[in-house]
Amino acid sequence: MKDRVRDQQPRRRVRSRAPWQLVVLGSIGAAVFVLPLVGLATRTPWSRLVELVSSDIVVDALKLSVTTSLIAALICLIVGVPLAWLLARTEFPGRRVLRSIVTLPMVLPPVVGGAALLFALGRRGVVGEPLNEATGFLLPFSMWGVVVANVFVAMPFLVVTVEGALNNLNARYEVAAATLGASRLTVFRRVTLPMIAPSLRAGLVLAWARALGEFGATITFAGNLQGRTQTLPIAVFVALESDRDTAVAISLVLVVVSLVVLMVLRDRWWSRT
Amino acid sequence: MTRGVAAFVALLLVCGACADSADDDTVLVLAAASLTDAFAEIEVAFEGANPGIDVQLNLAGSTALREQIFQGAPADVFASANAATMQAVVNAGDANEPQLFASNTLVLAVPIDNPAGVTGPGDLADPDRLVGLCAAAVPCGDFARQALDQLGIEAVPDTNELDVRALLTKIEAGELDVGMVYATDVAASDLVRGIALPPRAEVEIVYPIATLPDGSNPSQATAFVDFVLSATGQQILADFGFGAP
Repeated sequence: MKDRVRDQQPRRRVRSRAPWQLVVLGSIGAAVFVLPLVGLATRTPWSRLVELVSSDIVVDALKLSVTTSLIAALICLIVGVPLAWLLARTEFPGRRVLRSIVTLPMVLPPVVGGAALLFALGRRGVVGEPLNEATGFLLPFSMWGVVVANVFVAMPFLVVTVEGALNNLNARYEVAAATLGASRLTVFRRVTLPMIAPSLRAGLVLAWARALGEFGATITFAGNLQGRTQTLPIAVFVALESDRDTAVAISLVLVVVSLVVLMVLRDRWWSRT
Repeated sequence: MTRGVAAFVALLLVCGACADSADDDTVLVLAAASLTDAFAEIEVAFEGANPGIDVQLNLAGSTALREQIFQGAPADVFASANAATMQAVVNAGDANEPQLFASNTLVLAVPIDNPAGVTGPGDLADPDRLVGLCAAAVPCGDFARQALDQLGIEAVPDTNELDVRALLTKIEAGELDVGMVYATDVAASDLVRGIALPPRAEVEIVYPIATLPDGSNPSQATAFVDFVLSATGQQILADFGFGAP
């Protein structure tokens, strides 16, 4: 690990030498992200903000969003890393097709994903029906339905990131560990995982962020009920229909929570390779 | 590379121009989600009667459409599923004088095999059943709550769907035991069965339509509204289960 860090040249910023073409185009690119935030800020009812964001609806939705997105990120970690490893390190028939299927949720409209989940895991779904008959457990319209929808849309981000890191990994350390007598699982745990740790963290943050913002698959698969399945993004959408000040206030909460987490984690995790 | 970018920009400019020239022949109609099927057929009939005119439907919940209008979305005609939403747009000066063109009623919808044995609105208060309503903020949810108030029933929904079509889809899929939707939604679906509400739960549901002053095609917008109100338009609406205004 240490000599890898030493290998890297420190990245220096050469702001003075930036070609003006890149500056112009890059600024337009930046405006795409900054302008909506400015728009949101201009519409924010600052004087009533505290009152608005401490309402029942917002507090319930915030709790649910944080809980479900964290559980989803954890599930992505537990099953997504092994999946990425299988995709990167093993040969099996249908691997390329599986890789495409895994990344499908990144392209698919989330509503389509939600409908597909309903057909698979709903009360009348291929898996959902036997599951419900055997255990009485019902995913749609429950908090676990939200988690499942989150996992579905978020896990590809983790898998893609981790698989990319595994593909770029120099295999000599793993080979060395194996020749020293480490079992394959030990190599994975003690050598592979620590070496891909930066990508793993980045993938985890991406997956969590995607889960936090999830809307389409959740509303389609899990529905909308305050305190049970109404996440922050859904609360925003509902509020937009009736009470725009609340909608703007919730949006601001989402922006601030996401921004703080992304900034803290970026400094702490991503720059430390 | 540079040439590729230039070609791409040129393509954008050409497309921008062709979109502009098409404006005269296009009528952009914002219509409530519950009008989906009826307006699709009205679109075909109107285009048949007016060759060269292209009707484009934008279907969504009435309140979502209202927000789009307020945010300056280009549109020629607005057809709302409730009078209050239309009134808000009129009051803002974003719609011309509206006219009523259809009416509707609420019913309970159950999956065609009615697996939970739902018999009436009282079942909406049963926590063991999977109950769906529309969210209170959208017309179908607002009407449903008015009806429930009149019946003195405290419903315990498992989900408050964001538009009536989403609710219907979940009942059709058998994921919900019962929900309250428009009679026209039940008429349009082979997968659900309707259960009428008691007469005292009746809520007045009327559909207003109006041309929009900021539309780019006022003459065709007026023609479209007239067509909806004509005998042909009214017959199509009746075929889909709508009542007279």
